[in-house]
Amino acid sequence: MTEFSVDAIRKGGKLALSRVLSRVEADDESGRAALDALFAYTGKAHKIGVTGPPGSGKSSLVNALAHHLRRSYPESRVAIIAVDPTSPFTGGAILGDRVRMPDLQNDPGVFIRSMATRGALGGLADATLSLSQVFDAAGYDYVLIETVGAGQAEVDIVTLAHTTIVVDMPGMGDDIQAIKAGILEIADILVVNKAELPGADQTYRNLVLMIEMGYRGTGRINGGHHRLTIATEARSIEPEGWLPPVLKTTALTSQGIAELEQAIHQHRAYLQASGTWNAKENSAIRQTIDKLILKELSENWKKTLPAGLYETVMQSVSQRKLSPRAAARALLAYNSE
Amino acid sequence: MPEKKIRVLIAKPGLDGHDRGAKVIARALRDDGMEVIYTGLRQTPQMIAEAALQEDVDVVGLSILSGAHNALVPYVLEKLKENGQDNVFVFLGGIIPESDIPGLLAKGVTKVYGPGTDTRVVCQDIRAALADRA
Ligand code: B12
Ligand SMILES: Nc1nc2c(ncn2[C@@H]2O[C@H](COP(=O)(O)OP(=O)(O)O)[C@@H](O)[C@H]2O)c(=O)[nH]1
Ligand SMILES: [Mg+2]
Repeated sequence: MTEFSVDAIRKGGKLALSRVLSRVEADDESGRAALDALFAYTGKAHKIGVTGPPGSGKSSLVNALAHHLRRSYPESRVAIIAVDPTSPFTGGAILGDRVRMPDLQNDPGVFIRSMATRGALGGLADATLSLSQVFDAAGYDYVLIETVGAGQAEVDIVTLAHTTIVVDMPGMGDDIQAIKAGILEIADILVVNKAELPGADQTYRNLVLMIEMGYRGTGRINGGHHRLTIATEARSIEPEGWLPPVLKTTALTSQGIAELEQAIHQHRAYLQASGTWNAKENSAIRQTIDKLILKELSENWKKTLPAGLYETVMQSVSQRKLSPRAAARALLAYNSE
Repeated sequence: MPEKKIRVLIAKPGLDGHDRGAKVIARALRDDGMEVIYTGLRQTPQMIAEAALQEDVDVVGLSILSGAHNALVPYVLEKLKENGQDNVFVFLGGIIPESDIPGLLAKGVTKVYGPGTDTRVVCQDIRAALADRA
């Protein structure tokens, strides 16, 4: 096992960073120790989630955006976490997002890490948050996270990212149906990618309309006068909150990417001015602590159970002599005697 | 603790556009439970080594049908070493004349495969190589 060094990672050592990412992903002892040691250096990176249906152009958009960020801010460094699904049948995965990120391959200021879900649902892997923290501690200014994009609402990204970009494209059938199921609510910025294709304007108008309907009565849209103009530019700070802009991009030619970058920065400014940035961070941290407590409690408690007891109780449950709840209570009670 | 996942980078160096073999191998390794990072066509040795570094892979699989293996493969090996990744196994497949194989093995390639390779053999060889290292 590699000796882990906070120093090497903080100094930009890519080998050290890459190996720690693996340990943290595996959630083994050295990975946990590394994460604990690195936590003090986190809290600076802007974490940006990119979600949307497969084929909508998430990877291409991440490519264009990261490339643009590196040009606008040559001093800044960009990390990318690209998540793809693990096959439930074989446990294997093909992680192919790099194919769509050709502009970043020779850029020393960009670090791309592909990740398999390893059984997690919700569009991310269990360790995605931890990996983003490692990048944060390593001094990466932006962490772009591409979710699986399985089509259903991938709400996990919201807890993790400061800014969530939802990508859609023309010709996905009924757009309203496609993104109704919760995905619209999670968007801080909506993108119609492949905007050069026929039907893009229709998709764009549908999204603008849905945003208007969704936010009507929140005070962020006055009387519908802004029907189209609300969407043409990213809203900056408003006292009432953030109105997600709808943007058109063509990732392959970088058309609209400057506007996307601007919207991201406006969202960041909004988050910071409204206190939402800290609130988001804290709620993510709270969730992490709660999860760890549950995990530690149950792991430690299981260790104290007499061997075979769990299986015996389990048998009674499968024979329908006990309900799962009764079984859980019985097991817990046994130990507390 | 789940078993450690085997991570493999499948790359096509140079201007070679024959990508069927690479895709067949990528799928076979996936079906064998490995995590396969596919980087696509037209990769320079520099790009391949950098991707291997960022992805912390155990194995780099190169697929070359263009005849440029003698120029490209040693360069990839060199770059991997430069990055401190000399513990990574390099597997090579494609159209590689018999007479070139000893030289490539001597430079550090673990194994070379030609047309008609049974993908199950590749999976076994990768697992065996990693087991030996452990
Ligand atoms: C199909 C084919 C094409 C297709 C490719 C389609 C595609 N997207 O892949 C097309 C028609 C586009 C094509 C074009 C050309 N081709 Co062509 N093509 C072939 C052909 C007939 C079959 C290749 C193939 O797909 N096999 C099926 C796959 C599954 O097999 P495989 O790649 O060998 O992979 C297996 C093993 O080698 C191994 N393996 C392969 N990679 C890896 C990697 C790892 C890590 C491992 C472990 C194993 C492994 O496992 C695989 C599974 O068994 C071969 C002849 C042949 N019989 O090989 C010629 C051949 C490769 N082509 C050749 C040539 C010359 C060309 C052209 C230059 C022709 C021209 N003058 O235009 C162009 C170049 C195109 C380019 N940009 O690179 C020559 C190469 C000569 C050489 N290297 O000395 C060959 C050998 C034909 C010949 N006998 O002359 N070609
Ligand atoms: N026409 C067009 N195609 C695009 C655009 N962006 C991406 N694509 C293509 O859409 C396909 C899917 O892109 P990808 O980035 O892999 O999408 P993902 O699955 O959401 O990550 C690829 O063939 C891309 O080349 C675009 O702006 N216009
Ligand atoms: Mg993708």
